Amino acid sequence: MTAPSPDNSPAVQVTGLSVALDGRVVLHAVDLSVRPGEVVAVLGTNGSGKSTLIRTVVGLLPAAAGEVRLFGTPVGRFRQWRRVGYVPQRITAAGGVPATVQEVVTSGRLSRRKLLRPVTQTDRAAVDAALEAVGLADRRRDAVAELSGGQQQRVLIARALAGEPELLILDEATSGVDLASQAVFADAVRTLVRRGTTVVLVSHDLGPMDLLIDRCVVLRAGVVAYDGPPHGAQTHAHVHPHGPDVETPGWLPQ
Amino acid sequence: MTELLALDFMQRALLAGLLTGLAAPAIGTYLVQRRLALMGDGVGHIAITGVALGLLTGTAPVLTAVAVAIVGASAIELIRARGRTSGDVALALLFYGGIAGGVLLIGLAGQGAATLNTYLFGSLTTVSPSDLLVVVVLAAAVLVTAVGLAPQLFAVCQDEEFARVSGLPVRALSVLIAVMAAVTVTVAMRTVGLLLVSALMVVPVATAQQLTRSFRGTFVAACGLGVVACLSGIVTSYYADVAPGATIVVLALGGFGLAAALGTVVRRRRGAVAPLVAEGPETEVVLADAPHQVADDHASHKHGGECGHPAVEHGDHVDYVHDGHLHAAHGDHWDEH
Repeated sequence: MTAPSPDNSPAVQVTGLSVALDGRVVLHAVDLSVRPGEVVAVLGTNGSGKSTLIRTVVGLLPAAAGEVRLFGTPVGRFRQWRRVGYVPQRITAAGGVPATVQEVVTSGRLSRRKLLRPVTQTDRAAVDAALEAVGLADRRRDAVAELSGGQQQRVLIARALAGEPELLILDEATSGVDLASQAVFADAVRTLVRRGTTVVLVSHDLGPMDLLIDRCVVLRAGVVAYDGPPHGAQTHAHVHPHGPDVETPGWLPQ
Repeated sequence: MTELLALDFMQRALLAGLLTGLAAPAIGTYLVQRRLALMGDGVGHIAITGVALGLLTGTAPVLTAVAVAIVGASAIELIRARGRTSGDVALALLFYGGIAGGVLLIGLAGQGAATLNTYLFGSLTTVSPSDLLVVVVLAAAVLVTAVGLAPQLFAVCQDEEFARVSGLPVRALSVLIAVMAAVTVTVAMRTVGLLLVSALMVVPVATAQQLTRSFRGTFVAACGLGVVACLSGIVTSYYADVAPGATIVVLALGGFGLAAALGTVVRRRRGAVAPLVAEGPETEVVLADAPHQVADDHASHKHGGECGHPAVEHGDHVDYVHDGHLHAAHGDHWDEH
């Protein structure tokens, strides 16, 4: 019995991961380990494979080679989805039928709710807290489609927060959000991090989240180009690195 | 009106209409939310083959229709889940196959267009007591599922990927929605008919959402509108001696027209009370405008592919690494980035 107990395992463990989309290799031999409580930013330009990495981590895309483990369990057999909060990359939070902010955010509780049971007091409290965290408590009865793009993005973030996840995964969640909303959201994430939540966020521009980041991972053309501490506020230097600079710790030889 | 209620076949027709009016918009709300409004139409076409199969083999057409419709709807869902562009064409092939197969089999069964018409456009007098029993059971099953699994079905129709990461069995729930649509088509076959059943799934939902903001509100209002359209359509068709399906759909569309006009007025009122103002925090801040530092001592050198300074992609332009800082072309000079 040498297998580590699931609770000491990394929140996310990616080993030798390759992913192909329509036969084109988008990620190649990517390794990534995120410890519980860590806040990791995955950076890279468009097409660097960062969204593909995150979508494979949550099991939406199949791996061509390698493995993804969540809390020690291979993602294909992972069942404890209540521990994971996911904010997909979306332009709108609206469907073909009107839905209120509250209805959409309440759907974030589904991983915790039992089948055929009504919404409990605990569910309501969690939804309220999530709406407060993104500053939309006063818009809960409004239709999602009536909100601005940035507000809709915040609805999706609140939906993930409503599930009270241990691991929060954000795919470009703040890219359409204005700076003031990003600051509101950064505060919410800071509170979660203090409680021990693990955060993996994909971005090409960190904005107010910058100071929360423990580690940056830079993807370039589907390969990890950098994995190390963030350098203060000069985050754009990681997204647009000055070429492979093996002198600085963290830059990996290509 | 009382003499109408005294007729056995009208009692059956009205009960079937009531259940159809509830079940069709219930499943229709999920289909519209998922942007699959025409799914009911496709399943209706496929069910024609099922009806014909029943007539040919001497089995109850309701049962064969339900079986064939379920197989067809599940096939549609599985093709859709593959997410290939050819899925669109595959669906069309399935629809055409359904309608052509139906007409062909009916011909083989020796039945004429008149028989087929009662299934295509509905007929009040053909709802037999045994048909009604099937309709009641199936409609109840659809309604119980649509209400009982509402949170799960809502999540799948709203955002399939999020539902998957919530651990919901998305594939199974999608097939369930398709099967519910197929069952509803069969339920509605006798009142609205196979060709117009999709209208009863979509039009009440479209009508309701002219005035609603919530999913729950849309769901309840659509079911109410469906019942009103079905019952009034059946009564009208009895007195005017026209096909019930067409009457029901025309009434439902009239309701949509009214609601659309009303919705425009209501929205204008709301807009007048709370005009859409640009909120302070919502305005985009353009960061790039702030620092604009011109690199000095740059007259002698022009960056380019051959200059030896590493080029770095930076958003919409290319920077050059020059003694540890980034230079970007700006008109006739170079900026520090």
